[in-house]
Amino acid sequence: MYRDDFPLLASHPEIAFLDSAATAQRPACVLDAQRRFYETMNANPLRGLYSLSVEATAAIAAVRAQVAALIGAPDARDVIFTRNTSESLNLVAKSFSPCVLGAGDEVAITIMEHHSNLIPWQQACRAAGARLVYLYPEKDGTLAEDEIAEKIGPRTKIVSAAHVSNVMGCELPIRRLADAAHAVGAVMVVDAAQSVPHLRVNVDELGADFLAFSGHKALGPMGVGVLWGRHELLEQMPPMLTGGEMIDSVTEQGATWAPVPEKFEAGTQDAAGIYATGAALAYLTETVGLDAVTEREGELVAYAMERLSDLGFVDLIGPADPARHHGVISFNVRGVHPHDVASILDASGVCIRAGHHCAQPLLAWLGVENLACCRASLAFYNDAADVDRLVDGLSQVWGIFHGSN
Amino acid sequence: MAVTDLYNAAFMDHVSHPDYKYQMEDADCSHEGVNPSCGDELTFSVRFADDGTIEEAAFTGHGCAISQASADIMSDLMIDKTPEEARELCALFMRMVRGEETDETALDALEDGVLLRDIAHMPARVKCAELAWRTLDEMLEARGK
Repeated sequence: MYRDDFPLLASHPEIAFLDSAATAQRPACVLDAQRRFYETMNANPLRGLYSLSVEATAAIAAVRAQVAALIGAPDARDVIFTRNTSESLNLVAKSFSPCVLGAGDEVAITIMEHHSNLIPWQQACRAAGARLVYLYPEKDGTLAEDEIAEKIGPRTKIVSAAHVSNVMGCELPIRRLADAAHAVGAVMVVDAAQSVPHLRVNVDELGADFLAFSGHKALGPMGVGVLWGRHELLEQMPPMLTGGEMIDSVTEQGATWAPVPEKFEAGTQDAAGIYATGAALAYLTETVGLDAVTEREGELVAYAMERLSDLGFVDLIGPADPARHHGVISFNVRGVHPHDVASILDASGVCIRAGHHCAQPLLAWLGVENLACCRASLAFYNDAADVDRLVDGLSQVWGIFHGSN
Repeated sequence: MAVTDLYNAAFMDHVSHPDYKYQMEDADCSHEGVNPSCGDELTFSVRFADDGTIEEAAFTGHGCAISQASADIMSDLMIDKTPEEARELCALFMRMVRGEETDETALDALEDGVLLRDIAHMPARVKCAELAWRTLDEMLEARGK
């Protein structure tokens, strides 16, 4: 139904793309926008006093406003463009942590975090002499009240969690975590990489103090990420990178910083990428509509989980209830290494992710064999035929390894 | 290439019924190999005969079918080989899976190793196929020093 909007999918009917949690496909309007930027408004934003540069600057400001509206941010100035979610989270961990984190303090994260919301906190804790504390869910991804109450306490300065797990597929109780964090004076950081492409996200409703996501998982080009932060916190933070376009004034021995957000955007931004990200968000929220996205993906996930369960040799990971999966379905084929599954599926054009999904501590905690699993991740541009091809491919895998079918 | 060309019956026999996957009691040398990004782990053990040739070869560990079949195939090939011959075969195998050696006559020396020749068309799986051979080569290189 939407497949024709995506040139790669439209020209490759043999491909069933089930790896949108890693990166989405791009609709033609995004590719056109990228080209349009270079053809009609290419100049370095912020720098020039001529109209092309002014136009490029305005284009970026418009996308900043669009992002603010998307996540319910009260002020577009608090939207910072980065390269990706990893860079956004590193910015918080490197620049904000030293403002609040001292020896003996704690940062609380969950065991479900992607490495990009885990390693920066390991590093920040190491630098401060602080302790990294993990919240462990039930096997279905539910975070129990007791666990939250036990792990978030007077020593906690920062709580950081994924809005949607990139392995379990489930939504985490961000509002509940944020309330617990705020009750002890800690800040709440949200990794929204896996939620922004699929759900309505609102920083106030979530109780977020910082929120990070990547454009490329939300149909935009690779290389554009977002960090939103509460204005007073961003004001408090020093820049992570220094150099061009992030200064107020510079002398031989010192410099003062430009206001937020430019303070955090040193060097030339990927202006064309940011402009095209605007086209991606417009397509996602206006042409398709996030409610339609959520509904369609919900139906596809329910269909996929039913068909996978019916196979009888597939072990699903995460919540049993399809309604709790936001596009992501992780699983293992009994007795078959996920890399073999992915290679065999690849031969019939079915693209899935196999491995540790940048979540090694989670897979270790889940006790998954080989510390690896398969992940099929769906987007609204998939259809039931993609799921059918996955299921047929898995039957072939089972046949090869167990000599039937 | 049909993927079943690789995952064929002869290959799958090495996966399902490996002859050389066991803990060797009196190994002269053991060496561990890992593919950190895959999580594949393999320990390869060798016992030498009095004339210096490989008398017994065995492996333990876990990983994908390709890494496991490759280790079993390699173990079988290495029996009665001198360390020098073994290292030459390792080099030949690695050239094959990287697509640098395609001459069938040259590859005959690898015996069942040629079951893995299609790996040359699957760049993502080269390191799986190479794990055992790389591990043995490292062991013999260290021993030769």
